[in-house]
Amino acid sequence: MFDDLRDLYQEVIFDHNRNPRNFRVMENADRQVEGFNPLCGDRLTLFLKMDGSVISDASFQGSGCAISTASVSLMTEIVKGKTEQEAEDLFEKFHEMATGKDEEVNLEAIGKLAVLAGVRDYPARVKCATLAWHTLDAALKNQAESVSTE
Amino acid sequence: MTNFPVEKIRADFPILAEKIRNKPLVYLDNAATCQKPQAVIDSIVHLYSHDYANVHRGVHTLSVRSTDQFESARTKVKDFINAASDKEIIFVKGATEAINLVAQTYGKANIKAGDEILISAMEHHSNIVPWQILCGQTGAILKVAPIDLRGELIYDDFEQLVSDKTKLVSIVHMSNALGSINPVKQIIAAAHAKNIPVLLDGAQAIPHMTVDVQDLDCDFYAFSGHKLYGPSGVGVLYGKQTLLEAMPPYQGGGDMIRKVTFEETEYNTLPYKFEAGTPNIADVIGLGAAIDYLNGIGMDHIAAYEAGLLAYATEQALQIKGLRIIGEATYKGAILSFVLDKIHPHDIGTMLDSLGIAVRAGHHCAMPVMDFFQVPATARASFAMYNTQAEIDVLMKGIESLIEVFG
Repeated sequence: MFDDLRDLYQEVIFDHNRNPRNFRVMENADRQVEGFNPLCGDRLTLFLKMDGSVISDASFQGSGCAISTASVSLMTEIVKGKTEQEAEDLFEKFHEMATGKDEEVNLEAIGKLAVLAGVRDYPARVKCATLAWHTLDAALKNQAESVSTE
Repeated sequence: MTNFPVEKIRADFPILAEKIRNKPLVYLDNAATCQKPQAVIDSIVHLYSHDYANVHRGVHTLSVRSTDQFESARTKVKDFINAASDKEIIFVKGATEAINLVAQTYGKANIKAGDEILISAMEHHSNIVPWQILCGQTGAILKVAPIDLRGELIYDDFEQLVSDKTKLVSIVHMSNALGSINPVKQIIAAAHAKNIPVLLDGAQAIPHMTVDVQDLDCDFYAFSGHKLYGPSGVGVLYGKQTLLEAMPPYQGGGDMIRKVTFEETEYNTLPYKFEAGTPNIADVIGLGAAIDYLNGIGMDHIAAYEAGLLAYATEQALQIKGLRIIGEATYKGAILSFVLDKIHPHDIGTMLDSLGIAVRAGHHCAMPVMDFFQVPATARASFAMYNTQAEIDVLMKGIESLIEVFG
């Protein structure tokens, strides 16, 4: 029935929405930042544990749509073990993919985050996918305690 | 319900023949804005093609034609809401501007530090923020009458909040997020017993029921044309003549003056005192055409038909496991706000869109209402006179399918 949506709602997204990874409060987090999308009310708290410049652990709490939940769940998996610079590079590539700036999805660079490439055909949903990454960006830059997509 | 000419009405709305993602459009976002009948579209095209010039200015033929049609639209609005005089009908951009106008003219002139403005917990942001701005300017205090979990105003609490300090009650006639219809006659009587004027935000109520401002005895009534099957960019502020006459003007400019020197300005009479500058001529005339169209059907017939649609939609929705209706007031307009277990409204909105169904997903410019029901957002199907039971069946089938997909 929803054939048109298969690019947007891939099975991986349903899976992460049903069973979000790293969905927990981190007691001894080094960084803790809130992300908020005032347009839809999505709200998440991102926790990072740092080992020097390496992200040794990442987790989150919050509620959002399937796209935003899957995006933050996938992100916490993929950034674990990456340096701050590697994570920032990934953010840039992800952002280019989600907003359609990079027409070809660079699978090698983006890995399984490519399942979120479908949002570029749904301008109203791009922010759902990027909220997690804007929040990570703020956490890495040690910005204020709350970040908004607006 | 069987006698209502819904198929004939549907044929009058060209957009209803559109295909969305290769499926017939099921337009259920009428609380955000309504679609337009051909008669409204034609009236605007005809004006620009044959009769258009500026109003109230020239002696030439086109200016006279435009002015006649513009003022005739004012009379149509007056008759539609049964105002006492054309002078009580002020054309503005929409309900939002109407409320801001009252806040910045009546409000600034009459409301002082320590005074109270009373609203309800189910207001749209447009009936919250203008008063917060006024409170910031004057030191007045905004009071909020609570609602219950059915989405109804708790009337006793409202009445207790009406005090000697209350200088204005501004309340929504019908809630956009919940559909609740407030007991406005009772509210107005209670406020008037203490000589407090009442503004009704009628943006949602006006397309769904007969509104008689004299029978209601409200002091101000605000609504938008685009929710009444008219064009966007035009709305109406109704005000009792005695109140409007005592109020200072809203904006200065052309049309709102009688005589200007560099020393002083004498303001024009009502309603022009509040209509500075060239008005939205074509859309006002389009609103007049929408009212003609609605009069041809009859607001009471529309209300009865839509009540049937809402009852059917509610009954069907309640059979869907995991669906929770937000807003279950006894007196309710044709709005079905709902949430689904573990499925975010934005996913609902995108999924239904892929089936050609337009619903609203979000906070509906009523964030305090979302907070009260402890949901980040809802999905909202809002019905109009051109919707059918068959469309509600498509909606319900769509909801059931997406629940299945999400597992």
